[in-house]
Amino acid sequence: MAFSATLEVINDIAKINLVGELDASVANDFRIKIEEAAAQKVKKLVLLLQELKYMSSAGLRTLVFAKQKMGSGVTIYLVGATEDVSEPIHDTGFHHSVIMLETYDPEVIEK
Amino acid sequence: MDRIDAYPSHEYQGYKLRPGKPLPFGATLVPGGINFSIYSSAATSCTLVLFRKREQEPFVEIPFVKEFRIGDVFAMTVFGLDWEEIEYGYRMDGPWNPEDGYRFDNTKILMDPYAKLIGGREVWGVQPDWNNNYQHRGRLVADDFDWEHDQPLEKAIEDLVIYEMHVRSFTAHESSGANARKRGTFAAIIDKIPYLKALGVNCVEFLPVYEFDEFENSKINPDTGEQLYNYWGYSTVGFFAPKAGYASTGKFNMQVDEFKNLVKLLHANDIEVMLDVVFNHTAEGNERGPYISFRGLDNKTYYFNFSGTGNTLNCNHPIVRGMVLDCLRYWASEYHIDGFRFDLASILGRDQFGAPLSNPPLLEQLAYDPILAHCKLIAEAWDAGGLYQVGSFPAYNRWAEWNGKYRDSVRKFVKGETGLIGDIAQRIQGSPDLYASRGPTASVNFITAHDGFTLMDLVSYNEKHNLANGENNNDGANDNNSWNCGWEGETTDAGINALRRQQIKNFAVLMMVSQGIPMILMGDEVGRTQYGNNNTFCHDNELNWMDWTQTEKNYDLLRFFQRIIAFRHQHPILRNRYFLSHSDYLGIGVPDISFHGTQPWQPNWSDGTARTLAFMLNGDYARGGTVRDDTLYVAMNMFWDAVWFTVPELPAGMRWHIAANTGVPSPHDIWDAGSEPLLDDQRGFLLGGRSVIILVGR
Repeated sequence: MAFSATLEVINDIAKINLVGELDASVANDFRIKIEEAAAQKVKKLVLLLQELKYMSSAGLRTLVFAKQKMGSGVTIYLVGATEDVSEPIHDTGFHHSVIMLETYDPEVIEK
Repeated sequence: MDRIDAYPSHEYQGYKLRPGKPLPFGATLVPGGINFSIYSSAATSCTLVLFRKREQEPFVEIPFVKEFRIGDVFAMTVFGLDWEEIEYGYRMDGPWNPEDGYRFDNTKILMDPYAKLIGGREVWGVQPDWNNNYQHRGRLVADDFDWEHDQPLEKAIEDLVIYEMHVRSFTAHESSGANARKRGTFAAIIDKIPYLKALGVNCVEFLPVYEFDEFENSKINPDTGEQLYNYWGYSTVGFFAPKAGYASTGKFNMQVDEFKNLVKLLHANDIEVMLDVVFNHTAEGNERGPYISFRGLDNKTYYFNFSGTGNTLNCNHPIVRGMVLDCLRYWASEYHIDGFRFDLASILGRDQFGAPLSNPPLLEQLAYDPILAHCKLIAEAWDAGGLYQVGSFPAYNRWAEWNGKYRDSVRKFVKGETGLIGDIAQRIQGSPDLYASRGPTASVNFITAHDGFTLMDLVSYNEKHNLANGENNNDGANDNNSWNCGWEGETTDAGINALRRQQIKNFAVLMMVSQGIPMILMGDEVGRTQYGNNNTFCHDNELNWMDWTQTEKNYDLLRFFQRIIAFRHQHPILRNRYFLSHSDYLGIGVPDISFHGTQPWQPNWSDGTARTLAFMLNGDYARGGTVRDDTLYVAMNMFWDAVWFTVPELPAGMRWHIAANTGVPSPHDIWDAGSEPLLDDQRGFLLGGRSVIILVGR
């Protein structure tokens, strides 16, 4: 399945919707979107993962990049990660650095 | 302005290159590229071999041209590589002359000894493709783990209670509750941190976590048809890389992050992390073993052969010494490791011909290294060549030792042997007879370790039962000092089972009331059995795995261990940095430690048949008199019948309370602090056979 990453910024919230399989060959596309979001000085970064089927080590590494690029003042939400995607995130402890949500909850994210 | 060293000066088949930096050794991310640096004193040429991940054939082989070599180091920067997607190795050409130690073979692809990530065995137990010409594959890793505010805990060594653990064995059993994907991994240990906290241990010592090959010398047991592995991992493939097969994310190459996350969370729970490191030999085996790395890079530098095995690391060669130092510094700084236990450490003190050195440079260097300055260094102070240095290991005021004499003496004493009273008095004090100038913190006190019987087996078997190892029961130690309490192996005899539990508790008490650093073997606290096998190095099954149902079945043991460890933590008089003096230097009328027999102040030193001993620690002397503690009195009766002990008198207003009595069934065998019952008769007590009692005076 082809990978796509689309960025939408509304007010101070950046949302990146990830679709398909995130591996090394496309990780840079994701990275570019993160840099675009960071350039807009948002306060929250929301990664919509419902349609992300697979994430390789390069993809996981890009999450680490996102955390470091956005800086400690930006809250990162991972929304709707499937089991295949969420397990390595938990096992490597990255879930401590973000907020993981099963579904997009405006009450939590947009407050 | 961009740095000029970020630009290539050479090109090979479209790959942009420039002369590399010789240091640091290994593969290092640099602006725009990767710096590859590798040492060989005798290679005539070197080629960098690059693969795409998991592919059998390289996509390019780049020779190091003459100007990419300085001294004995080949160094080259290659630009434009996707570091996350490549694997790398080297071909070395040079003389083939085994008599002189040269074994170059340019048909072999060799792993970088400094590889920080190693592919090829990503998932535990999955049969490798043996047709692959490059089995253990160097990879690169980013040092971008988010440690937040973590740092090594730097606990005082005398405060440690060490728990020796095999990563896979701890959670591989389905009773661990981990899902099948996570069983036996670093990640699964995280879920067990509350168990470790409740047990009270504050340091986990992992059996080797460096990359090793579970298939090294693996075979099928001809009797059972079972696959036997290099399970414990005392045979290193790569000194700088965590074992991928121990990570649930190994298939994603995220083992570095997974292990760091484990360390971070253990630290967050006030538990230190110690690594069992193996620098005495490698996975390359003898001269008929595989080419993995050192043999083809520079056999003559890395190995010496006094032991005849052909793969003894030449640790006091300056180059190898540097590698060992780099390795430990890397784990201490990059992984926040709190300490190291050195397997067969005496070999690190031998010269290139096998002779013990009076001032071994490696041991000295480690002792004085600034980065390792706060790391614990613990030696297994003997080696396979017969050098036994318990008490005489070159310590430089830094090294502690696994005290094998403690293990042997306490085993014999609890078993009921006579003539040990004086010996036991030494062990309880932290072995001043062995460590007079070093203090009790030189002594790691243990009864059992991965080598040998578990504690339950120590009291259940007179003989080893190692047939499952496929070596006709010839492997494993024969001098176990074990006693089966009347029946060899498992039994339904309630009396025997009760006695075994009592003996286990006796061992637990002695370890926890001894000065020095106690170490518990994983599972001993719940009566883990290996069914009499005292050398389970090759078993990936219930012989090694912790059966978590035993936390309920043997809850009385677990409860006892939890409380006796808590007792140690509560009483600083048990955790002194310096030896007790036997003198009344505070002028309070009693010394810091005093020994007693069945009558106060009358130890049976001259009675060669004695099996009883008692001692008293005056709490005013805790930590050299700097903190106040209760006064403790411990009486040991290893005679088979009950014996009356008269206790020393306490100062007016103080009374004796019973903190533990192994001769009493659970739950009255041990009491929480503050709930200890008053000793009925303040003059003394009848202590059951094969029992230990702890009294608290307050």
